[in-house]
Amino acid sequence: MPYTTTISIFVSLCLLVTAYFWGVKRAIATKRSQTALSTQVKFHSLPGFHGAYVAIWCAIPSLVLFVAWQTLRPNFLPQWLAQDMAGLVLLISAGILGLFFAQKRIASRFKARHKVETAFSLVMLLSSLVAVFTTFGVVVSLVFETMRFFSKVSVSEFLFGLHWSPQIALRADQVASSGSFGAVSIFAGTLLITAIAMLIAVPIGLFSAIYMSEYATPKFRTWAKPLLEILAGIPTVVYGFFAALTIAPFMRNWGFELGLEISSESAMAAGLVMGVMIIPFVSSLSDDVINAVPQTLRDGSAALGATKSETIRLVLLPAALPGIVSSVLLATSRAIGETMIVVMAAGLAANLTANPFQAVTTVTVQILTLLVGDQEFDSPKTLAAFALGFVLFLLTLGLNILALKIVNKYREKYD
Amino acid sequence: MIDKMSRHTKKRYQAERRFKIYGLLAIMFALGFLGLMLSTIALRAIPAFTQTYIQLTVEFSAKILDVDNKRDVKQIARADFQKIIREALYAEFPAANKRQDKKHLKKLVSSEAGYHLSRDLLAAETTDLNFIGTSAAIWVKSSDDVDSFIKDFISREVDEINRRLNDQQIGWIDSLIADGKLETRFNWDFFKFADSRSPEDAGIRGAVMGSLFTLAITLMLSFPLGVFAAIYLEEYAKPGRITDFIGVNINNLAAIPSIVFGLLGLALFLNIFGMSRSSPLVGGLVLSLMTLPTVIITTRAALKSVPPSIREAALGIGASKMQTILHHVLPLAMPGALTGAIIGMARALGETAPLLMIGMVAFIADIPTNINDPATVLPVQIYIWADSPERAFESKMSAAILVLLFFLIVMNGLAVLLRRKYERRW
Amino acid sequence: MINTLLEENHMQENSILRAKYAAKNLDVYYADKQALFGINLDIMENQVTSLIGPSGCGKSTLLRCLNRMNDVIDICSVKGSIRLDGQDIYDDGIDVVELRARVGMVFQKPNPFPKSIYDNVAYGPKIHGMIDQKSDADEIVETSLKKAGLWQEVKDRLAAPGTGLSGGQQQRLCIARAIAVNPEVILMDEPCSALDPIATAIIEQLIDELKQKFTIVIVTHSMQQAARVSQKTAFFHLGSLVEFGDTDQIFTNPQNQQTQDYITGRYG
Repeated sequence: MPYTTTISIFVSLCLLVTAYFWGVKRAIATKRSQTALSTQVKFHSLPGFHGAYVAIWCAIPSLVLFVAWQTLRPNFLPQWLAQDMAGLVLLISAGILGLFFAQKRIASRFKARHKVETAFSLVMLLSSLVAVFTTFGVVVSLVFETMRFFSKVSVSEFLFGLHWSPQIALRADQVASSGSFGAVSIFAGTLLITAIAMLIAVPIGLFSAIYMSEYATPKFRTWAKPLLEILAGIPTVVYGFFAALTIAPFMRNWGFELGLEISSESAMAAGLVMGVMIIPFVSSLSDDVINAVPQTLRDGSAALGATKSETIRLVLLPAALPGIVSSVLLATSRAIGETMIVVMAAGLAANLTANPFQAVTTVTVQILTLLVGDQEFDSPKTLAAFALGFVLFLLTLGLNILALKIVNKYREKYD
Repeated sequence: MIDKMSRHTKKRYQAERRFKIYGLLAIMFALGFLGLMLSTIALRAIPAFTQTYIQLTVEFSAKILDVDNKRDVKQIARADFQKIIREALYAEFPAANKRQDKKHLKKLVSSEAGYHLSRDLLAAETTDLNFIGTSAAIWVKSSDDVDSFIKDFISREVDEINRRLNDQQIGWIDSLIADGKLETRFNWDFFKFADSRSPEDAGIRGAVMGSLFTLAITLMLSFPLGVFAAIYLEEYAKPGRITDFIGVNINNLAAIPSIVFGLLGLALFLNIFGMSRSSPLVGGLVLSLMTLPTVIITTRAALKSVPPSIREAALGIGASKMQTILHHVLPLAMPGALTGAIIGMARALGETAPLLMIGMVAFIADIPTNINDPATVLPVQIYIWADSPERAFESKMSAAILVLLFFLIVMNGLAVLLRRKYERRW
Repeated sequence: MINTLLEENHMQENSILRAKYAAKNLDVYYADKQALFGINLDIMENQVTSLIGPSGCGKSTLLRCLNRMNDVIDICSVKGSIRLDGQDIYDDGIDVVELRARVGMVFQKPNPFPKSIYDNVAYGPKIHGMIDQKSDADEIVETSLKKAGLWQEVKDRLAAPGTGLSGGQQQRLCIARAIAVNPEVILMDEPCSALDPIATAIIEQLIDELKQKFTIVIVTHSMQQAARVSQKTAFFHLGSLVEFGDTDQIFTNPQNQQTQDYITGRYG
């Protein structure tokens, strides 16, 4: 299989290049013979366009046929047609047919340029639709699987049930629970960790932004700002590692000495590290909006005799508040969707607790643990992951839309 | 009155100073955390770059290697080379003749040492088999416990019961050191091997190759698609509802948590299209959907910054729209688009969660050779090692993080250079 | 060479001029806002016609209709007709690309491509299929730069970027780029407004030479410039063509009070 894939790609590329140069050559030859007859005939399109036209005609039939063949192959095609070689032969013959059809049309007044331009703009359009299709695909797959989940487990149990234990007997004769899917403890865990993270990120991010935009010397700014942004660029698995192997043991020992019982996987460790991770999300957007507040407001306040910090607290922050709020919302959405830190540091146990030193679990952790490893695709256990994913999607999407709305309103105010 | 005023002013100035210090403290906290994290990881990684080796005089006895005396390479390759190494160890310490002693003794060398010995000796089909019957002094990898002891992770002070090496084993190690038969070398194997159950044999080559294949797919899909989409939205689409809708869509796509892309990949690519689990192909597809918004958004910004006068110049001379874009606008926007692509790639390189969901988390001891082979990627390898109980994996994991960060620094550095070099002020 | 000389002689002898462009009842709208009102204007072959008037009077809009550069603006719509050699350029069958090959344009701000001087000039001929081999391109680049009066200054550094030239040189490079595709008409949109007086003088002299071969339409803010370089002048005000006639007559004996006010500097 892999080698046939490589060969097919190579052969198709060769075919395309051949088609292109064939078109170019034919166009030049046609042009020569016609200009020899009369100098009045003007050739409409450049040879390159004729080449591209032939190449497009070579590519489209083979691409269409290949996609059709690939989708029909598993179920609908007879054995001999489903073989790799058959596909390769189909691909090549379709390409060659297209090539012959197209190269016949090369003539002095043939508007190859127009055709190629149209094809080009169509390709551009289709590419931009990929993003739309992706969103569509996300929504459809989440909604579809979630509906299937709710046909097995009631909506109210999922949203309001307190007990979460998704393990289900795999065989009929096994003695096991039938699984219960009350997700409240998961939502509570998510909320707890997100709250801890925001308690770290908001004050630190905001003060960093204020210092950067109002106090820092340009030199300090050029160094510190990129360094701060590095925090956002470090892979989350690295934070997870640090939380699980450095912060959590440290906290446990520290708790032990104080006589506190801190479990080795705790909401605190995960929340703390996650908070640091999202500092730049709060600080860089807040920095932008504070900078965007017109200088006249600062001057006005300073002229009244306000100190810099008074100006910031009483004038700049209120003016920049919408932008800051939206940066906090975006950061929250980031924190809710974050997976690796919590997987590595927060634990799997669905405890319903407000104690930050206990292990809790989150939506993302549960999605991951339900789906990693072998699974049947029909069991409520697997489907539950999609239901959780749908909740996550709606939550983050809602926060984002809200944040963008607020920021746009704010922009209008100062533009 | 004036006195009251000045006291009040003094207070205000104190508040001012406090406020400023809070700001500085916030930045210092964030940067300090960054420094602490990176230095902790770097310090922990150091042991992973060295490996302890033990010198043994092995006898390539025909009785063990070539039982039927056929001199057949294939058969010899299957012979018990580990036994040869064990025999050499027993010969080195003849005093250890009890069953229990021998059991402890053989734990000094890596359990994979025999495999590597046979591979080194029988690399080619037409290997010279004259070594059979001779004896030679060779260096073999020590077990991870010996390695940890040498690196001071196992302390002599601890009670024997709580120690992974007993007093007798430590005695043997001491005598090996005294004889100059134990040395620490740079651990090249860490960069040459794929994952392994034995920490002394585990390397990142497999994960690096997996990341490479995955990123290649991601780049090949998301870069052209992203650039084309940006061209459509900036140069072709008429401003209006539909264009706005696509734009908003792209912004929202950029904000969807990565794990949701994992769900999409699982439902769409694995279950509907039936593509192979754990493959870089599927991983690359998922990551390219995630990277697409970044590429589109940065390319749109780059296209916007190309001044309209360039488009007018080209159109005024009779260039078609496509020629204007391909010959003039796109080349000028290319550095920006490339910067966006590199930043997107850097993010994709660090991405873990969606890849776990499409099964790239399996234990894979082979180095992938193409995009359909089961593979894992660097961040997932780190995650897998984080789950392993052996002490030695902790430093491996830190070293893998360093490698990952190295790649990220290179990529981001490239993006910065590109931006500096081609930044154009019109 | 002899041929072109003969042609030029022939043209100078022939005093009956042909209309190159004929605009009839031309209305132009930007969305709901009308920018030009019922323009009727003939532009004569091998003459320089200048379009003058206060800012926002529609002179640039008219210029941009002549090679359909207005097509780029989505909200712009055109009614009425503009005929180039008798053929309506807003006809469905017209290929804008071919139209713009016949009608070159020089812009207000010099806008050379960020490429070499050579590539700037050779680009147009390349995309219009006028080049079969390298020597064709060399020849076109040389003659175009010579016609634009830039050859002596740049012949040793054709590979240097066009953006590195001085403002006046850049504008002459843009003129060379426009004439390289051998157009029939050259449109100039305030070509000297970003240049100093010396560079302006050079360009004006160049325009005078170019009218031998090309029909030139120039939009200008400077009335002295219009008087110096053009044979015909059209005065626009608030989207309407107020007065059109021989330049001498417009500047010495305008028929319309508004024209009179404008050229004597009472407003504008």
